[in-house]
Amino acid sequence: MVQLETAAHPETLRRVAIDPVTRVEGHGKVTLLLDQDNKIHQVRLHIVEFRGFEVFIEGRPYWEVPVTVQRLCGICPVSHQLAAVKAMDLIAGYGPLTPTAEKLRRLMHYGQMVQSHAVHFYHLASPDLLLGFDSDFTRRNIVGVALDFPEIAKQGVLLRKYGQEVIRHVSGKRVHGTGAVPGGVNKALTLAERDEMARDIDQMIAWTQGAIDMVRRLHETNPGFYNVFGDTPSNLMGLVRPDGALDFYHGALRAVDPAGRTIFDQVDYADYQQVLQEEIKPWSYMKFPHIRSLGADDGWYKVGPLARVQAASYLATPLAEAERLKMLALGNGKPVHGTLVYHWARLIEILHALEMIDELLNDPDILGLDLMAERGERRHEAVGVIEAPRGTLFHHYRVDDDDQVTYCNLIVSTTNNNQAMNESIRTVARQYLDGRELTEGLLNHIECAIRAFDPCLSCATHALGKMPMTVELVDADGALVDRMSRGG
Amino acid sequence: MSAPVVVFAVGNPSRGDDAIGPEICGRLAEMLENRGLTAEVELIEDFQLNIEHALDLCGRRLALFVDAGDNTPGPFVFSRIGASTALGHSTHALPPESVLGVYERTEGAAPPPSFVLCVRGERFALGEALGAAATRHVAAAMALLERLLADPRETVWAAAAA
Repeated sequence: MVQLETAAHPETLRRVAIDPVTRVEGHGKVTLLLDQDNKIHQVRLHIVEFRGFEVFIEGRPYWEVPVTVQRLCGICPVSHQLAAVKAMDLIAGYGPLTPTAEKLRRLMHYGQMVQSHAVHFYHLASPDLLLGFDSDFTRRNIVGVALDFPEIAKQGVLLRKYGQEVIRHVSGKRVHGTGAVPGGVNKALTLAERDEMARDIDQMIAWTQGAIDMVRRLHETNPGFYNVFGDTPSNLMGLVRPDGALDFYHGALRAVDPAGRTIFDQVDYADYQQVLQEEIKPWSYMKFPHIRSLGADDGWYKVGPLARVQAASYLATPLAEAERLKMLALGNGKPVHGTLVYHWARLIEILHALEMIDELLNDPDILGLDLMAERGERRHEAVGVIEAPRGTLFHHYRVDDDDQVTYCNLIVSTTNNNQAMNESIRTVARQYLDGRELTEGLLNHIECAIRAFDPCLSCATHALGKMPMTVELVDADGALVDRMSRGG
Repeated sequence: MSAPVVVFAVGNPSRGDDAIGPEICGRLAEMLENRGLTAEVELIEDFQLNIEHALDLCGRRLALFVDAGDNTPGPFVFSRIGASTALGHSTHALPPESVLGVYERTEGAAPPPSFVLCVRGERFALGEALGAAATRHVAAAMALLERLLADPRETVWAAAAA
């Protein structure tokens, strides 16, 4: 039984609901059950609306899918497109991609990683890290660090813009261009486009190194807080190359346990169902995947930046690898699991992606014109997997003889992190809320833990007029005792 | 040289009435072309607003955000907005006020006078087309937009928003 997942006598407890996002879909909410002494008995992150993505895909012709799936998410359309097109390469019968096609896809993917991570770190995470905690000691020290980085917000916007320009040059559009098609890519890169991207890459790398330096110094100001906030040991999973290096675009599955010991390695991702199992719980619409051999209670895992930079043996670019080793030093030889370390790892991944972009821009193949692979025998089933910004993303399809998709199973990154997010907020609840009078500042700790994972709770659409964040205190009889709202 | 007026049209065309923004964007593009106003007004269409849209505010005299609304008054609400620094919970979208807040933080200056045209939608399910009620609301909104873009002055827009 997972601690704090299910209270023994919920009818005797009062309930606090944190209602963070109330959008058209993917509505998420946290509930806490507390007794008279504010002791916490149950903490759950609920995903209360079903996405219906798979149903949306089924029945469509397979060649349409890489474009259609981009509409699942406005922030990571490239990730869904690439995972889908990797599966459709096989369904359509294409052999290995041409070197130019694979490198252009990689370039686009690294641009996606930069733009997505940049918006998260600079807009959501850095305010949490710099301003979000209310201890005087912490505030005094972090203000000092912040003063050394006055341009950080502007740099974040420009870094995001740079990532989007990379996507635009490869795909033809900043958001929802085509780019990858089954068998290759549909647009060559021009010399002018290459040169434009190359012009700014050194600046982007320098800014990212500055941001990493800032985060490292923040951890040094108060390691007892930054290193251990939401510390939740877990298994870690990611895609790695045959030599163990992290690969965002293509690789085999590797999982390690909380101490860093290998659980499985070099597993062909087409066989993901042999190593992973998806569990349903009655209180959430989001599934709970876990490592099959370990079972649901012990087999849950993290994906995303903090997981994959530690599941991998190394990063294949020098600057990012050097920064990774500095971050790993926190663990004295063991993986680190503090929730706020996700932000540090995310920046290291930006640096890694920028170095990969730099490498590709200097590779003559990137300007090649041989864009499509040879076509062979068609298949009826395939799996495409990539490392999306938030973690490992699985697309699994079956297609009939009429080219229509008959089966679609997506395990998105946030689903992979479902139990990890739940465990992280339980840890934070134990660390900071248990036995204390709840305040907005304390509840913000829960939200900080959720934000660290950058969950994809509201993919693909939004509308004005939705409710702001609401925290409701409800007594054991369900009567509303108190309500607090703030702008959403 | 930026056009003095920028119009952000936001929404996902595969999400039922979330297509209100893209639909209006298409109609505005045609209208601006027909009236020879393409140098005066720049249209920016996206699935959602995000931090980089703050850069699109640079050098503008007026900004307008057009988006679908859920549980908002019909056929539309036209209002003036100011900057906000409130944090959300996801990187997936920013409200227009937060885009203005990002502009303030990054540019160190007040954003251009900005307005929101929130057009009521009813249904937002994946795979649905724009609904009949939303189509009527779009038509009503277009009538206002034609008037606003014929006279793009802050005082005129502020009076319309009052």
